[in-house]
Amino acid sequence: MARFVLRRLLQSAIVLLGVTLVVFLLLQLVPGDPVRVALGTRFDQQTYDALRERSGLDRPLVAQYVSYVSHALTGDLGVSFRSGQPVTTIVLERLPATLSLAVTAVLLALLVAFPLGVLSAVRSGSALDHAARVFSQFGVSVPDFWTGIMGILLFAGVLGWLPPSGYVALTEDPAGWASHVILPATAVGLVTASILTRFIRSSVLEVLSEDYVRTAVAKGLRARVVVVRHVLRNALIPVVTVVAVQLASLVGGVIVIEVLFAWPGVGRLTYDAVQARDYPVLQGAVLFVAALFLLMNLLVDVLYARLDPRIGAR
Amino acid sequence: MKTSSPAAGREAEPVLDIEDLTVTIGTRRGQARAVAGVDWSVRAGQTLALVGESGSGKSMTVLAATGLAPRAARVTGRVRLLGEELTTLSEPRRRRLRGRHVGFVFQDPMTSLNPVLTVGRQVSEACEEHLGMTRRQARDRAVELLDLVGIPSPGRRVAEYPHQFSGGMRQRVVIAMALACEPALLIADEPTTALDVTTQAQIVELVADLRRRLGTAVVWITHDLGVVAGVADTVAVMYGGRIVERGDVDAVFAAPAHPYTRGLLAARPDPERAGGDLPAIQGAPPSPLELPPGCAFWPRCPVRGDARCEHELPPLVEVTRGHEVRTFYPGGEDA
Amino acid sequence: MSAGSDGTVRRALSALRHDPPAVAGTLVLLLLLVVGLAGRWLAPAGTNDVDVEKMLRPPSLDHPFGTDELGRDVLSRVLAAARVSLEVGLVSVGIALLVGVTVGLLAGWYRGWVDNVLMRGMDVLFAFPVLLLAVAIVAVLGPGLVTAMVAIGVVYTPIFARVTRAGVLSVREQVFVRAAVSIGASDARIIRRHVLPNIAAPLIVQTSLSLAFAILSEAALSFLGLGVQPPAPAWGRMLYDGRGFVTEAWWLGVFPGAAIFLTVLAFNLVGDALRDVLDPRQLTVSEARRSRA
Repeated sequence: MARFVLRRLLQSAIVLLGVTLVVFLLLQLVPGDPVRVALGTRFDQQTYDALRERSGLDRPLVAQYVSYVSHALTGDLGVSFRSGQPVTTIVLERLPATLSLAVTAVLLALLVAFPLGVLSAVRSGSALDHAARVFSQFGVSVPDFWTGIMGILLFAGVLGWLPPSGYVALTEDPAGWASHVILPATAVGLVTASILTRFIRSSVLEVLSEDYVRTAVAKGLRARVVVVRHVLRNALIPVVTVVAVQLASLVGGVIVIEVLFAWPGVGRLTYDAVQARDYPVLQGAVLFVAALFLLMNLLVDVLYARLDPRIGAR
Repeated sequence: MKTSSPAAGREAEPVLDIEDLTVTIGTRRGQARAVAGVDWSVRAGQTLALVGESGSGKSMTVLAATGLAPRAARVTGRVRLLGEELTTLSEPRRRRLRGRHVGFVFQDPMTSLNPVLTVGRQVSEACEEHLGMTRRQARDRAVELLDLVGIPSPGRRVAEYPHQFSGGMRQRVVIAMALACEPALLIADEPTTALDVTTQAQIVELVADLRRRLGTAVVWITHDLGVVAGVADTVAVMYGGRIVERGDVDAVFAAPAHPYTRGLLAARPDPERAGGDLPAIQGAPPSPLELPPGCAFWPRCPVRGDARCEHELPPLVEVTRGHEVRTFYPGGEDA
Repeated sequence: MSAGSDGTVRRALSALRHDPPAVAGTLVLLLLLVVGLAGRWLAPAGTNDVDVEKMLRPPSLDHPFGTDELGRDVLSRVLAAARVSLEVGLVSVGIALLVGVTVGLLAGWYRGWVDNVLMRGMDVLFAFPVLLLAVAIVAVLGPGLVTAMVAIGVVYTPIFARVTRAGVLSVREQVFVRAAVSIGASDARIIRRHVLPNIAAPLIVQTSLSLAFAILSEAALSFLGLGVQPPAPAWGRMLYDGRGFVTEAWWLGVFPGAAIFLTVLAFNLVGDALRDVLDPRQLTVSEARRSRA
């Protein structure tokens, strides 16, 4: 177990180093002088020199990279070309909004996907199963921002029940937060629910055909006990990992929905940084999300090993 | 060990009595008749061997009788377990009877245990379900059972997972699991096929010993006549969903009356006849989707009697007392 | 083309015929192809015929999908945008296929350090959420049709590399490949004659499914203004421009979104049907991890 964790840790570290390289090189790909591009019409020599100095762009590439990584390790992701604020602060400020949206979306998705996935597998071939398959096929094909727009049209426009966009912090006004989060979370969660329904269904189906399930039935256990104790325990191990990874990818992946709903999260920050050509903020947000994604994957694999005694033993 | 005797007069009444059992399975390519009008019974302390190639219906007979047939299967006939008719019973009641009085050992011990539950839990859960034991009592019972099937230091191993056991040891766990509620009947479906030869012999010996000590009735399903001689009292040979020959093991082995049984016996590796080719039966068993109207073995039969074999189903007739066979030519062409 | 991949294609086609959803998906794709090629002539009006007299008109006989905030005919724009979506989808998946298969072949065939370096590189690309990486790439290269294609292509490369590598590893252990190696056939020949036909099935399935995700990604990029640049029409951009008016002019939200949905659905239906025949296995964890555009 310890060796397994150590090996995964090392692998993740190597990949993370690769990630920093990609993120670092992003800035080098900007055609022309990124600082000049960023300043655009607001150009003045003094600001330009200061930013140029801070970003260390005059030094050799390797030295720049080494300094980028060593700074990143201490949590220093540079300063914004726009506001001069540290990137780390800016990103962390946006994290709660994104997390609250992503977690809500995944919870909503699970609420639908878990019963639907399990039931459609246990009653495979039934009308419910067909409905579940149509649902998940549609769900993975629908762009979440379209669902969002349709939601705005119906619930904010026609019915007038919900605000069309905006954000209230959960800590300040839970009810206000809830009324604002429900549309974007549903739009995002629908896709997640479809992916999870499919995955849970196929995972449960696979376990249902295992010999040990027949053994359990032969013991005369109640159907519910067979499903809960023997089928779900095995079927949900891979599902846990997929849920966690979906959550991780939502933290960095809800850019479009955050833009549509004016939700001030990391995705919206990324979008604003792109619009403003604020490259350090863009780099910081991307690196942060990718690191979080890797960390989540690592945790998931360790969790997987804990849940499945066969892996833990290796 | 034997603490209860569920049915009075169990010695006289068969533990499991099957009459005219037929199983048809609806498939995409039509109705498959997996089992056709089979009857047999098994008494306490007795071992019945069901012999046949894969697809002969031997496993399906037992699964259908105990309510474990696939959903697409239609089962008709009468099945009495300890005098109680199972076919008309609701599934919850049948489930309770099945778990309480029938134990199953399946072919592959590598896949028939749940990888994420400890072996102790898997042995004990039936005791909780059917004997109303507490978790603690059931666990103690599991240790006892693991000891009974010859697993060393059962007190420690009860908390281990299946992947920590060897193949032979796993099959012992499966047997312990099957015996958890002291069932009247043990169904062993090819329990040694997936094991190496030495382990096979140990498992055969273990089951024979347990049957003697516990008085359990055993149905042993196999394609290997070599195993049958060692474990069974009576044998029923199945072909194309029907019984083609049955009787006491000694009688059938001494004078096999059906050409198929003779073929199976001849195809058995014999240590005394070392070297030389094994005479195999030519051809393949018939598809349950298109069984011939007459004798199912006719297309492969070395005797190849006459047109009657092709068009008319031979009845099961007695050749000697308690030895029945389904052929027009018992004993070969000149009989 | 060798017998192996020939059989694969034939099996795929015959399977599609007997699967109603796949037939529907194929018909939608054919229709889309016609629209993509001939949209300009099918459209009732020009894509950029601004007419301020006719702003935000609801659907009518003259304008079946209504008009937008500049009085342009929405139907004509939706039809014209089909071409953009298909182009970006096909070219980006083409890039991913070409690069991914090459990387996967090299890694799986030569193994050792080649495998290590290439696949760790793919792991790095795999570590980013799909859309985030695409946005970052487009942001630095500058928005536009070509950069969107490149960005989406890069993002979907690792999955092709993984599928290919897994296929190569299993194929190269098979007897006929070992035999070919032993009689001294060249690597290129063995790969072309034996390896590629044998990994064709999973690649065909992956291509179809990736097309669906690539088109979703293109729509998302163009929604963010990072795809094809105005005044050229794109479904995602139409939704973005219309989002402010959507409560008064529902048709601005409904039609471009429905076009994206139908296109993606069609590719998914065909992809799933292909998977059922060519590569029947359960959904894997890494696939499910990736199935968000």
